[in-house]
Amino acid sequence: MEETSLAARLYRSQKLIRRAEEEIARIYPTDKIKSPVHLSIGQEAAAAGVCEALQPEDIVSITYRGHAGYIAKGAPLKKMFAELFGKSLGCAAGKGGSMHLVSMQDGVLGASAVVGTTIPVAAGVALALKQRQEKRVVVCFLGDGATEEGVFCETINFAVLKRLPILFVCENNGFAIHSPLSKRWSTLDLLSRVKTFGLSCHDVPDGNPFVVYQEAAKAVMDIRRGGVPGFLNVAVYRWKQHVGPGEDFHVGYRDQAEYKRWVKRDPIELVGKTLSEKTRNVIDNEVEEKIAAAIKFAEDAPWPNQLETFSQVYA
Amino acid sequence: MPKASRILSYFEALNEATVQVMENDPSVFLFGLDVDDHLGINGTTLGLSQRFGEGRVFGTPLSEDAMTGIAIGSAMAGQRPIHVHIRMDFLMLCMNQLINVAAKAHYMYGGTVKVPMVVRSIIGKSWGQGAQHSQGLHSLFMHVPGLKVLAPSNAYDAKGCLIEAVEDDNPVIFVEHRLLYGTKAEVPEEVYRVPFGKAKVVCEGNDVTIVGISNMVVECLRANKILEGVGISSEIIDPVSLMPLDLKTIAASVKKTGHLIVVDNGWTACGASAEIVASVSELLGDRLIKTTRLGYQPTTCPTSPVLEKVFYPNPVTIAEKTFSMVKPGSPEWHPSPELAELAYQTEFKGPF
Ligand SMILES: Cc1ncc(C[n+]2csc(CCOP(=O)(O)OP(=O)(O)O)c2C)c(N)n1
Repeated sequence: MEETSLAARLYRSQKLIRRAEEEIARIYPTDKIKSPVHLSIGQEAAAAGVCEALQPEDIVSITYRGHAGYIAKGAPLKKMFAELFGKSLGCAAGKGGSMHLVSMQDGVLGASAVVGTTIPVAAGVALALKQRQEKRVVVCFLGDGATEEGVFCETINFAVLKRLPILFVCENNGFAIHSPLSKRWSTLDLLSRVKTFGLSCHDVPDGNPFVVYQEAAKAVMDIRRGGVPGFLNVAVYRWKQHVGPGEDFHVGYRDQAEYKRWVKRDPIELVGKTLSEKTRNVIDNEVEEKIAAAIKFAEDAPWPNQLETFSQVYA
Repeated sequence: MPKASRILSYFEALNEATVQVMENDPSVFLFGLDVDDHLGINGTTLGLSQRFGEGRVFGTPLSEDAMTGIAIGSAMAGQRPIHVHIRMDFLMLCMNQLINVAAKAHYMYGGTVKVPMVVRSIIGKSWGQGAQHSQGLHSLFMHVPGLKVLAPSNAYDAKGCLIEAVEDDNPVIFVEHRLLYGTKAEVPEEVYRVPFGKAKVVCEGNDVTIVGISNMVVECLRANKILEGVGISSEIIDPVSLMPLDLKTIAASVKKTGHLIVVDNGWTACGASAEIVASVSELLGDRLIKTTRLGYQPTTCPTSPVLEKVFYPNPVTIAEKTFSMVKPGSPEWHPSPELAELAYQTEFKGPF
């Protein structure tokens, strides 16, 4: 069955992310989503490829640019949209918004809006898994900018020291807000830097989703067998502005020609063209139905009771 | 001849102050994440890297802890850094350097070093800023000897305070608020200073003293309008400088009105409002005064608009609280909820 092939699964996952975020961008001007949104449109290969290599019981740590990881790990789309709409049935009960997606039962650790803060937390989860001798693996998604925080080095050192079951995945889109790597890194050779800590390093310099999957699968298998923690660098390109639904090529911090080169190797098309038109159509319809249902769910969901403002401060 | 005043926005006033201090003193430099992009920290740093060059105005890696130490080191060596953070929440990454080093160096090294640095940061609010992009944490810094804290609420004070802060020989935490950048005031062109430790009576009154902090000054002025409708005359005070704090001005007002309400852009527990109420009570000794406080609700800032509305003090909650303090025993009074619409709900739109 082509519809359950690896290509179909990667296509489905990426398409769901892309279309869900396009819908977010479409809805955004209506003010129904009152929360900053950081879209992954163009970057879907990282989340989709890596999560394809995971088991349901594995765990991912996502960032404020987290719709993609949340969706790819299989957390409920309905609850994500409800969260963006600030509704009580949202994945964080309307208290977190787009930057704090979470779904513990699906193995999605809550995202943080303070860059880098999730990195040691993810390693802490990995420590717990190791202490309890569970075979699960943690994947920690992070941006290229997050590697500049001291806590990144501190965490990878500890992770290797304790052989934690964790794979760090850098969604390397080359920018932190509007600042390119060249203005932030003393050397562009991230992998050499990371390697000195003893992590097993993997690179996907063209962001190809099939390769992302293969590299992630290798790394995860290795970690499950008790190998050293891994580091996977995935080159991707963010098509939209850093935060918000629009494009930003007119403001001049990046080159539109580069964008066009990335669009030419759109990770979704790249996978899609290996599938028959029929399969693509089946998946596309499935995706549209799922998104329409999720938006309707969010629209219809009740607002939180105002008393909820005060609940859950303490456990 | 003093130069003319013009109407400037808060962000323009900060930008102009920075230009002037940098022109007057080559040891001043400005850095921080995104200070050199096309948004220029809400316009406050726009054009500065072009004007002064990358050596004096530059963006940084995402390394707040190290960058704070670097600011401290450069200040010890005679420079005057201005370190900018787009949210106050990110100062949590700087705490070790700010509290264990910057605040203490002058004392701990027996007066042999100085740390003249300014840390600018912005309190976020509205549009789902949520738990980690909305915190007003000024009281944490007020707590620690060696740090000074300024929180100007209007364009005039913003310019004068920034110049004062840069010229001061101590680490200064400079608190801005996202919703203030568009507010306008008359701002002189010349260099002037708004001094540390001098509160301002923004509006005179007899029945109650209302102290507003940062953006809450604006909300208190709105509350004042509502209170006028029920015959309550409030004296509104903007401390401007939170540390050192001008207790004299506040106490003199409370002596007159007998009532003090402090409205903070932060939580009340161990906060600036607690400090002000306690200090005024101590200062006024055995005089009988009534005091109360308002601030963030004792919870985490939610993103859903229906919950976020409950989280912040607004003109109506300020007016109601004041009314019940000034007229105890009167029947309950609830001004029209429309008046509770904060400015941001009508003026501010996302994404950021
Ligand atoms: C500690 C901290 N510093 C600064 C910011 C402001 N900020 C938000 S996103 C971002 C860029 C992060 O870049 P990167 O890690 O590459 O992730 P991307 O946004 O590209 O996915 C910055 C600087 C923040 N949220 N937290």
